[in-house]
Amino acid sequence: MEVIYLFFILILSVFLGFELISKVPSTLHTPLMSGSNAISGVTVVGAMVSSGSGEEQIAIILGTCAVAFATINVVGGYIVTDRMLAMFKRKKSGQK
Amino acid sequence: MDINLLINFAYIISALFFITGLKMLTSLNRARQGNIISGIGMFIAIVVTLLDRGIVDYKWILIGIVIGTVIGTVVARLVEMTKMPEVVAVFNGLGGLSSMLVAWAALYPELKTLSINTVNQPITIQSSLLMATIVLTIFIGGITFTGSLVAYGKLSEAIPGKALLFSGQRFINGVLVLAIIFFSFRFSLEPSLNSVDFAVVLLFSLLLGIMMVIPIGGADMPVVISFLNSYSGLAACAAGFVLNNNLLIVAGSLVGASGIILTNIMCKAMNRSLRNVLFSGFGSNKQSSQNIKGEVNPVNTEDAYLMLEAASRVVIVPGYGMAVAQAQHVLEELMAFLEENDCEVKFAMHPVAGRMPGHMNVLLAEADVPYEKLVEIDDINQQMPSIDISLIIGANDIVNPAANTDKGSPIYGMPIINVQESGTVIVFKRSMASGFSGLDNILFYGENTRMLFGDAKESLIDLVSKFKT
Repeated sequence: MEVIYLFFILILSVFLGFELISKVPSTLHTPLMSGSNAISGVTVVGAMVSSGSGEEQIAIILGTCAVAFATINVVGGYIVTDRMLAMFKRKKSGQK
Repeated sequence: MDINLLINFAYIISALFFITGLKMLTSLNRARQGNIISGIGMFIAIVVTLLDRGIVDYKWILIGIVIGTVIGTVVARLVEMTKMPEVVAVFNGLGGLSSMLVAWAALYPELKTLSINTVNQPITIQSSLLMATIVLTIFIGGITFTGSLVAYGKLSEAIPGKALLFSGQRFINGVLVLAIIFFSFRFSLEPSLNSVDFAVVLLFSLLLGIMMVIPIGGADMPVVISFLNSYSGLAACAAGFVLNNNLLIVAGSLVGASGIILTNIMCKAMNRSLRNVLFSGFGSNKQSSQNIKGEVNPVNTEDAYLMLEAASRVVIVPGYGMAVAQAQHVLEELMAFLEENDCEVKFAMHPVAGRMPGHMNVLLAEADVPYEKLVEIDDINQQMPSIDISLIIGANDIVNPAANTDKGSPIYGMPIINVQESGTVIVFKRSMASGFSGLDNILFYGENTRMLFGDAKESLIDLVSKFKT
């Protein structure tokens, strides 16, 4: 039954995603992409559990690598997005 | 209190932050706050996961997080805005890779319990299903990883940007897919640590990622990047099924959906189906039926300056060449001088200009070009006949009139910016060599077209200096 319940969440989230992002101004395509890309680094949460499991050595190694890669994705993604959005903002306030 | 309950409750909060953040990312005024909110959601998720009872050793987690944070911060801080497509491609690939590794790592404890419990019993449906989700995650994550790397290589021009096609490519990809499906089935029914089935699925998935992106040309990169972006979300989503983690499923499918929407927008902007982009290299399937007639009229910066000085309405069409020449700042200077000269300046934005969705917008924002000056394709095309001069800065296919007129052209039907309808077109171009798509552009031979040869940035600097004096 667990799987059914997960599928339920999946379907609802996909629909939510489509509804949320149906109208994007083309100016924001790049920040939206890098911002959502940072969110996909949420897999770090799963990586942490493997990395800290302290049992199978190979699982710890794989998990630790996954933590490092996902963290690059998360940290880098958010910073890059913020840099881009700061440029859009600065321009706006400069006009006033 | 049950720790697991607490963690899952915090995950709901994180998911809410992600949803709110993404929603705000679609509005210009609140986008920056939205990004920060989604970052807070991520922070909550990471901190609360540390409470997980399955975690007994924090040393390796910390090492991984420190390494990732240092590399991520340095890269994100130092990278130039013109290199943004490459960075997005790499981050994307790393996301896919880590989802793949997460599934791989989950395999070992699972197989261990399996081998103890079911010594002489057949494997249960539940275990088979779990193994199937693990190989599915490996498959999606692997494709995302190597596909993004190839995209990075093409964007940074480490490997040729043009479409690489060879005979039997589709056949080989088909065989790869079938082999992956076959070995995935076999592994799910009889999982074992020593099985070659798993290794085959892993290697073939990585190989398939390369094979899928290799035949796609540079001009199609906006589609590929959006597509891979969607895939990195789906990989996280699949990893969520492996780990029974709601947050991964919610966050992953949100990203997957947003990537699909972007992919769709990009495909529409090129009037091509996703299938067409993925499976047939750009400009390789058809040859233009038209023979180009006419002469090329070169112009020097002196004459271009005189023309611009007399103009009262100018449209600037930026393309990938502007990013390559890093000409956005000097372009903004030219805009300022033209406006001082009582000339109205607008920027015509094509959705697929550049190498990723919104690429040009980011660069112009970096150069402080006001947002109001950026006009989308439909609006600018209506104004075209009243425009005195169009300046084409490093754009090619998006202003190729063949898209309107030449049925044999590979880009036929793609919406273009109709600069040929303006008074005069000045094209900033290095040489007459054809662009990424390998297509000749009939615009360059037009009667009202003047070619300003040379590096776009240097030509612009020259023009600006003439306005200064």
